[in-house]
Amino acid sequence: MEPITQLRSKTVVIANSDIDTDQIIPARFLTTTDQDGLGKYVFADWRFDDKGDSIEDFVLNKTEANDCGVLVAGHNFGCGSSREHAAWALRDFGFRAVVSTSIADIFRSNALKNGIVPVEVNDDTHQWLLANPRCEVTIDIGHSVLRLPNGTQCVFSIDSFARHCLLYGVDPLGYLLSQEQAISTYERSHPCGQ
Amino acid sequence: MENSPKTLFEKVWEDHLVTSETEETPAVLYVDLHLIHEVTSPQAFSSLRERGLRVRRPERTLATMDHSTPTRADVLYGGMPKGAAQNQIATLEGNCKEFGIELYDLKSKQRGIVHVMGPELGATQPGSTIVCGDSHTSTHGAFGALAFGIGTTEVAHVLATQSLLQRKPKTLGINIKGTLGKSVTAKDLILAIIGKIGVDGGTGHVIEYRGDAISAMSMDARMTVCNMSIEAGARAGLIAPDETTYHYLEGRPMCPTGTDWDHAVARWQQLKTDEGAAFDKEIHFDATALEPMITYGTNPGMMMPITGRVPANEGDAALNRALDYMGIAPGEPLMGRPIDVVFVGSCTNARLSDLRQAAVLMAGRRVASGVRMLVVPGSQEIKRRAEAEGLAQVFVDAGAEWRESGCSMCIAMNGDSVGPGQYAVSTSNRNFEGRQGTGARTFLASPLTAAAAAVSGCISDPRQFLN
Ligand code: SF4
Repeated sequence: MEPITQLRSKTVVIANSDIDTDQIIPARFLTTTDQDGLGKYVFADWRFDDKGDSIEDFVLNKTEANDCGVLVAGHNFGCGSSREHAAWALRDFGFRAVVSTSIADIFRSNALKNGIVPVEVNDDTHQWLLANPRCEVTIDIGHSVLRLPNGTQCVFSIDSFARHCLLYGVDPLGYLLSQEQAISTYERSHPCGQ
Repeated sequence: MENSPKTLFEKVWEDHLVTSETEETPAVLYVDLHLIHEVTSPQAFSSLRERGLRVRRPERTLATMDHSTPTRADVLYGGMPKGAAQNQIATLEGNCKEFGIELYDLKSKQRGIVHVMGPELGATQPGSTIVCGDSHTSTHGAFGALAFGIGTTEVAHVLATQSLLQRKPKTLGINIKGTLGKSVTAKDLILAIIGKIGVDGGTGHVIEYRGDAISAMSMDARMTVCNMSIEAGARAGLIAPDETTYHYLEGRPMCPTGTDWDHAVARWQQLKTDEGAAFDKEIHFDATALEPMITYGTNPGMMMPITGRVPANEGDAALNRALDYMGIAPGEPLMGRPIDVVFVGSCTNARLSDLRQAAVLMAGRRVASGVRMLVVPGSQEIKRRAEAEGLAQVFVDAGAEWRESGCSMCIAMNGDSVGPGQYAVSTSNRNFEGRQGTGARTFLASPLTAAAAAVSGCISDPRQFLN
């Protein structure tokens, strides 16, 4: 994964709360054995009608969404299943960050592993972002700060290891593999069934 | 610190620490059992292959096929048609062969939904850590195992290192006193709990369910409760093991025997939250006055007693959107509302006791005309036992379809689905938009409530049929 220190992009707003992973990518697209090219299925049932035609007034179908890398969503984004396909699809569609007042645990973990920054903000910042779609925000990962165009900023919490991985492009599997000795020691002291 | 009182979660967590967490780095947590299925594993094996890695402990890994597998015997045994689902199945077969992993394949007599099969084989054991690329891994917590869902990148981590990087979650104690009324089940209880704490009420937490109502439950019922922990946002739900747990496990194929069994039970008896141990959060709940529950909206927190009325809060955008999708007017009752499909199945409610409940209500009755009922056992073992007990015959005589095991209409990946705009009463765990098929509208309920809907053709109170 390439390192990222700062993101500067316009926002697209989907204000619904409790957006679940079945909406982000419906299950019928999960029969794939690849992880590339899933962007075309993002929010498929909100973007397309039953004939497969674009639903004009859904925000992701508008040309103004094209250059937006930050998704601002309602409370409790990404609840539901563990499908990493949700993160793969959002990333492939062009999103690099998701902003909400609360982001579900498994989705957050999946997002981080795919270079999507999960940003949990306070209610005031959230309300402002919902009311001002297509604004340009800056997400400073090193300082864990989201900056709004009106000059205010909101500190968000991000796990220090996850931040380190984003900033330096570190692959967590490499780190885990480097723990080989400790894992072997653990296994010797905890044989199967003990 | 060693002797300070601990929660059940802390005991299992600490026992699996390869290295403790620090400010800079998460804990390395050892995984005792890794369950895999066809949908969330292919990309993990690809990444192993790309990096030239092996599976560290194939004997601690078990694979099954459940999500995109056919439930029609002719398709299952006659050969799946070429296509994406069949390719996914073939990919899992290839991966298991290449990496030496035991696979319960389409023809296996022990195959089943991953969270039904694990406990049934006795692979799910108290005090262990269990992960799977599947959010309903929380089911296994019913045995006092720390069990949670992971993403595919983490599936690769576990395959390669048998370990995971984790931050210690917080704990939420849910104390449930009282006794469930007649025809009120574990499903009704967990729906009520989710309704109370909300679909994000457990985010960042591991739930421990405690109290008289839990102690009185069978393992099947406890699994139903833990299964839906994720629907409250919690990655894991736990119940301390007790005699009910040991009784369930004794003699299962993967459980220890003889003196090993005795030692195991002695160890498991330590697995309870100590007197005086503190949860980060605690809530109290009384099961006594509960009624059968049903959902009316598009997440499991949108639920009410079956005799209730859908809320009418005009300012609530999420509620309005949900009711619009469901085609229900605010303030309406659900009782008497016609339905099109009834699904009894899924890792929430497709175990033997669930099928027994549905069959008791349906015996001597018929599925209402115009209603399609699909009964899908959670595993092939359950299927055989249900047939031997005569439950399958009850369903077939009533006019329901009786299938091979699998996820089926819970996730609608295998061709079993609810049509656009149709109403389904389902014993599964998610009523999300489109979950059971594009445009499908789902009411989540217990097997009893589902059976009552099937025979009456509309949403009905199961107590009217049984009391
Ligand atoms: S039955 Fe449904 S919830 Fe359970 S594992 Fe299968 S798809 Fe997931």
